[in-house]
Amino acid sequence: MSLKSDLEQLKEKGLAQIKTVDSTKVLNDIRVSLLGKKGPITNVLRGMKDLSAEERPQVGSFANEVRDSLTAAIETKKQELQTQLLNEQLSAETIDVTLPGRPVEIGTSHVLTQVQNDIEELFIGMGYQVVDGPEVEEDHYNFEMMNMPKDHPARDMQDTFYITNEVLMRTHTSPVQARTLEKHDFNQGPLKMISPGRVYRRDTDDATHSHQFHQIEGLVVDKHITMADLKGTLEVLAKHVFGADRKIRLRPSYFPFTEPSVEVDVSCFKCGGKGCAVCKYTGWIEVLGAGMVHPNVIENAGIDSKIYGGFAFGLGPDRFAMLKYGIDDIREFYLNDIRFLHQFKVED
Amino acid sequence: MKISYKWLQEYINLNENPDVLADKVSLTGIEVAGVRYPDKGLKKIVVGHVNSIEPHPDSDHLNICQVEVGESEPYQIVCGAPNVAAGQDVIVALPGSRIANNVKIKKSKMRGVESKGMICALQEIGFPDNVVPKEYANGIYVFTEPVKVGEPVFKYLGMDDAILDFDITPNRADTLGMHGTAWEVGAMYHEKPTFKQPELTETNTKAQDLLRVSVENKAVVPGYYLRIVENVQIKPSPMWLQIHLWNAGIRPINNVVDITNYIMLAYGQPMHAFDYDKLTRKEILVRDAKAGEVITSLDGEGHQLDPEDIVITDGVIPTGIAGVMGGLDSEITASSKTVVLEAAVFNGTRIRKTAQRHNLRTDASTRFEKGIDTASVTDALNAAASLLAQLADGAVAQGILVGNDIQPKDAVIAIRLARINHILGTELTLPQVQAIFENLGFGVTISDTDLMTVSVPPRRWDISIEADLVEEVARMYGYDNLPATLPKIAMTPGKFNPQQRFIRRSKTLLQSAGLSEVISYALTTRAKAQQFTMTADTALTKLDWPMTEDHAYLRLNLVSGLLNDIAYNVARNQTDLAIYEQGRAFTKKAGQIRPIEREYLAGAVTGLVSGDNWAQGKQVVDFYYLKGILDTYLADHDYTGDISYVANTDRPELHPGRCADVYVGEQFVGFIGQVHPATAKAYAIPETYVFQLDLSTLLALPTTTLVSQSAPKYPATSRDIAVLLPDTVTNAQVEAIIKRRGGQHLQNIHLFDVYAGKNIEAGHKSLAYSLTFQNPEATLTESEINEQMTHIIAYLTETLHAEIR
Repeated sequence: MSLKSDLEQLKEKGLAQIKTVDSTKVLNDIRVSLLGKKGPITNVLRGMKDLSAEERPQVGSFANEVRDSLTAAIETKKQELQTQLLNEQLSAETIDVTLPGRPVEIGTSHVLTQVQNDIEELFIGMGYQVVDGPEVEEDHYNFEMMNMPKDHPARDMQDTFYITNEVLMRTHTSPVQARTLEKHDFNQGPLKMISPGRVYRRDTDDATHSHQFHQIEGLVVDKHITMADLKGTLEVLAKHVFGADRKIRLRPSYFPFTEPSVEVDVSCFKCGGKGCAVCKYTGWIEVLGAGMVHPNVIENAGIDSKIYGGFAFGLGPDRFAMLKYGIDDIREFYLNDIRFLHQFKVED
Repeated sequence: MKISYKWLQEYINLNENPDVLADKVSLTGIEVAGVRYPDKGLKKIVVGHVNSIEPHPDSDHLNICQVEVGESEPYQIVCGAPNVAAGQDVIVALPGSRIANNVKIKKSKMRGVESKGMICALQEIGFPDNVVPKEYANGIYVFTEPVKVGEPVFKYLGMDDAILDFDITPNRADTLGMHGTAWEVGAMYHEKPTFKQPELTETNTKAQDLLRVSVENKAVVPGYYLRIVENVQIKPSPMWLQIHLWNAGIRPINNVVDITNYIMLAYGQPMHAFDYDKLTRKEILVRDAKAGEVITSLDGEGHQLDPEDIVITDGVIPTGIAGVMGGLDSEITASSKTVVLEAAVFNGTRIRKTAQRHNLRTDASTRFEKGIDTASVTDALNAAASLLAQLADGAVAQGILVGNDIQPKDAVIAIRLARINHILGTELTLPQVQAIFENLGFGVTISDTDLMTVSVPPRRWDISIEADLVEEVARMYGYDNLPATLPKIAMTPGKFNPQQRFIRRSKTLLQSAGLSEVISYALTTRAKAQQFTMTADTALTKLDWPMTEDHAYLRLNLVSGLLNDIAYNVARNQTDLAIYEQGRAFTKKAGQIRPIEREYLAGAVTGLVSGDNWAQGKQVVDFYYLKGILDTYLADHDYTGDISYVANTDRPELHPGRCADVYVGEQFVGFIGQVHPATAKAYAIPETYVFQLDLSTLLALPTTTLVSQSAPKYPATSRDIAVLLPDTVTNAQVEAIIKRRGGQHLQNIHLFDVYAGKNIEAGHKSLAYSLTFQNPEATLTESEINEQMTHIIAYLTETLHAEIR
């Protein structure tokens, strides 16, 4: 029985030794000394030949058991020591995560572009095309096609930069509509368009006037377009730009190129309609002009106004941006102070 | 137009809160800019009777007045007004009262004398200066009609009213008269207005015996009528008339002038009165003015007349500018006895031009240019004459003198109910629509089930076609009641066109590279418009009549705007800037009228890319920083042509040694460079680098169609080569040779070092490249690569005298 008790002792002693080890090198030494070719277990196994045939399998299997448990203990300890080592290393590599990152600059989109893009994408989504046109226009397209013949008093409403008697800086983006309407083939489907762009008026620049500003005009012409469709479309626009809770209201107005003509108010997004400084205590903010396309405009484009009709609307991205972000001086848009521009980071 | 609520009540049965009325009017017809209550905020202001006055002992202008105010004892009030006198009925602000601008009046002492309140001028109780009768402009107001002492003054002065400020659109000139306004408001409340046409008694004197009248150019004077009123007594108008005027914002002058203004306000018909005795020829001839003629208008201003002006003459000499203002020479004065009253219809365009030309926009010209009710011209004339008889003791001569007789006609428009519902998207019924038209005073007859024939009186000259009637229905039915739908029409694809996509992509790329978008003015100075040009078509486009020289010419470039922006920011201590603009340049050939509008893209950088920080040193912008951005931008598009930069020493606004023209293949597309120090100085900006590209050109260039390739299966091999070269040889030359001799498997040329200085011969530089070879079909062998390198080296040595290091 002495061989077995030797093994018993060997196991106890070995496990105790492994438990206290604190380096992988020492652990390796222990492994070699206990389990190596010259180690005690090998010795025991060698001494088995002197045992009886009955004892031999018992001692043999016990010896294997001892060897396995020592091997497992060493392996566990080894993992433990490696983890400890890695932790020490990682701890030594600690950095101050609160130091600032290396700068990466990205530029901002101009706030007017942001407003314009937002509206363009809304209308693209509703199947409109976006049409560009010349900023230097012919009087013919800017005024006459829009039902404003030469002596029309409404021309006084839009003081104009003329280049010659017949050529001018467009005062609105309506001439793009006139040009598109003139070319449109209704056999290919209805006309649904918006025309964004720069426009010019003969104004002295101040907080609320700018000789250069922007417009987006919309036009839908087909056989069955109603004023209710205009109202619905403007509701979609108002909710998109100013918030889902917004309501709109139409008030009669006058434009030479639409009849009926309306001004469109949106319920104040600041106070929700209760009345505040933004809406001048009326609960409503005037945001755009619209109406049913004047039959003369349709006829001027060579289209039969008894069959075709539609709606049009026009809005100012400058005004929209001023309202939305509380900007009180239109000149800010064109002076391009980088501190002003960088505020508008998100295109939403 | 200022609309008195009480005046409206004279014509229609109206019992609405004025604020509510204002909202309703705004939503159905005309924007009401505001409602003013003249007595709002005022209190304890009563009629007082001045019993006696005595001079203040310690003042040369104050008087101590004993004033009855309806209390048991008179109040002692010290008054500084020059016109105060015993026996007057005056406006008294009692102690504790509130006068205009929320000023509180207290009992006080004035130079030692107790004063219980204040005797007021009209301005002190809120009257605007421009409506106060001249005789009371510099003193207290004195009542001229019986008033009750101690009563609040408001009802006597017409201040217990609400004044609605109608902000009319050009088509609604019918509401520039109270009659028209009453029709409009009446229609909203289903109330038909009633107007009393005053009775007129004529004398036996025949007007035609007193004056001859003729109109020369009848086309521009479609209606011209005169009446003559004799024995007129000029005096102040009664209170009721003065109140009507000042609540409408017009200053009472005297009975004759006031009557003409009152009639204008009531009928919307401008009236003119002039002094018969000052007409030397007893004739009125209306004609176009002659070049060189002059006239002094009532306001004392002299005018050089234009042949496009219409004038009233005495047969020879102009006595008034028709439809705009009378002449000083025929003005009604205190001694006038015989008055000629004029009611006319003048061509609106002519009047508008005349008013503009002479800078004389008057109540009359505004009405003529916008359009008047041609059906009520003679009614207005007769009413004026009748009032002159009543209020000025005048004797109205028999008959109207007619220079041209207008034939007012209703506009007759046929419209179907179905058409109205079709346009509005509504389901209105015939009775609903018929009621709307009839409320507006239009005649309606119905035939063929739903065909309405609508007669619109001349008062509503703005209505002439179907669409106009549709608008009347829409606004009276109420836009709030319209359904909100989306068009039910054929689907159309919504998408950006290639140019719009290209521009959007360009902006995204530059922003990703750190440039912020700016929007500058397209109109600029002559000098700046023609800097940084990129075409031969550099004729300038100039505004005919600019507001300022700063914005007089259309730009031929975008860079000058960017430099303005940099100057603006640098002046505000913002020195690290990276900006771009996408917009149009207006190029033009000499002799051409309209410019070609080309889409340009330009960028500018100055200062630091990034400042010193704990991790790295500061990085200053330079040519290559901006070029790197441009490289990335241009590489995004996969042009079939190679991108190349060719040094250009001749761009006047750019540094001659740091400027390159940019080509895609053989096509010039733009430039990049440092702003010339002299130009930078002129803009007051520091070292700045700019580029400008013609997007219209870029967009038209051919691009490669992508065919996908699998990732390479065989490894790439790279070889480094350093060449020593004279300074004058460019990188582009070296790369061109490497490329040409590198064989089909040369994938990439990467310049990793440029060195000059120590250990390098003067006037020389060393360029070091890493060349990558790769065969997609097989692994390249050592000897294959060596063979290519030998070719490259041989050629570099041969053509560029390069020394391989």
